[in-house]
Amino acid sequence: MTSARIGRRVAVTGIGVVAPCGMGVDAFWNGLLAPPPVGRLREIEGWDPSPWFANPKESRRADRFQQIAMAAAAEALLASGDPLGDPARKGVLIATGVGGLHAIEDQVEIRLDKGDRRVSPFLVPMMMANAASAAVSMRYGWQGPCETITTACAASNHGIGYAANLIRWGKVDAMLAGGAESSVTLTAIAGFSNMTAMTSSGISRPFDVDRDGFVLAEAAAVLLLEELESARARGATIFGEILGAASTADAFHITAPSPGGVGAARCMEVALADAELSPADIAHVNAHGTSTPLNDAAEAEAITKVFGTPGPPVTSIKGVTGHSLGAAGAVEAVAVLLSMARRQLPPTAGTTTVDPAMSIDVVLAGPRDWEPGPTISNNFGFGGHNGTLVIGPPPA
Amino acid sequence: MDDQLFARFKKCAVEVLSVDESAVVLDAKFGDDLDADSLDLVELVMALEEEFGITVPEEDLDGVQTVGQAYELVTNKLG
Repeated sequence: MTSARIGRRVAVTGIGVVAPCGMGVDAFWNGLLAPPPVGRLREIEGWDPSPWFANPKESRRADRFQQIAMAAAAEALLASGDPLGDPARKGVLIATGVGGLHAIEDQVEIRLDKGDRRVSPFLVPMMMANAASAAVSMRYGWQGPCETITTACAASNHGIGYAANLIRWGKVDAMLAGGAESSVTLTAIAGFSNMTAMTSSGISRPFDVDRDGFVLAEAAAVLLLEELESARARGATIFGEILGAASTADAFHITAPSPGGVGAARCMEVALADAELSPADIAHVNAHGTSTPLNDAAEAEAITKVFGTPGPPVTSIKGVTGHSLGAAGAVEAVAVLLSMARRQLPPTAGTTTVDPAMSIDVVLAGPRDWEPGPTISNNFGFGGHNGTLVIGPPPA
Repeated sequence: MDDQLFARFKKCAVEVLSVDESAVVLDAKFGDDLDADSLDLVELVMALEEEFGITVPEEDLDGVQTVGQAYELVTNKLG
């Protein structure tokens, strides 16, 4: 099949994930099909950074968001091996919503307790949002573009979309692209709680009539993106293809989505146009579905606007994973790619009764068998940032 | 040399720099032998200040390249 799409094609040749429901893609997938944990927070229990660092000095100087990014990048590279070629043609883009929030919070406390002279000289390189991208590029010696996109909860989709475009446009041949977030700190929890974005019931139930906010999570996920022909030439495993991407702004409100989901709808339409697909080609929508009243209402309306009724099956893995903010898009891209490999859509856990105001086909109760096809994966961030990826199964 | 004092110094260096105890000898160079850069030294000095209850102004670190020099700096502060 020839494609009229602009530029070269982008294969996904490696995936890695570190999430509270599972470390590594197999455990993560099993976690998506298991009953969701209960509580307002999802943290990675028993996290041990030592396998990914040369010594305790190195790991101590990496904020937790950087530590989990290193683990996810290592798994993605291990999955199909390091792409050959000039290191200057390989780049890194680890998105994040915040950056090293643990480092900031710890050091503020130290300054208040012990004074300025005890603030770590490593605070700045630990807290900066680009720390994870920098660390991954140094680890593997990749010298192409090494950047970070920070657009709140849309960061990973913007990052993966931009990384894929760098390959499409011929600027680079491979990118380690994804996101990492570890912002489950006391101050962040208080901030999210006070803005009433977080659930008070402790249940993440996307699109449910009783949804009352998101569950705050940490996670990291990384995709190895590679120019399709060179990936084929080296016999790499191909998990899927990035068919298109879109980035748009609501230009409406700092936290609320634009009324009627018009911003989200337009983002999906731009992504479809970028992939040169029509709504009827889409086999699945992997929703942002945060379980907040406003997001889910706007997103459901947007999906109906674009796809009609009932439209393709919709899932949100956030019933299990919670909301890992700037990492969410990367974690969800991994879920989409695994759904294609397993030929199953994971259920929207936590949700029992879809809001009667919505007319979308939410996958509930158990996994649904499906024939893998082009999938829309959405993320929307505070600030009115919208990011949509179109992910396809491995090309024939 | 006060063995007990040096043991406390060594403990700080081992923890902060993630090096083997046997590497922390008086003529060991921070850069070449202990893989420590200038930020590592700042962190080590913080640990030493805490451990010994002393204050080491930044300018005192000029020219400090070996474990022996740093140890001497600490013992001088202790008077």
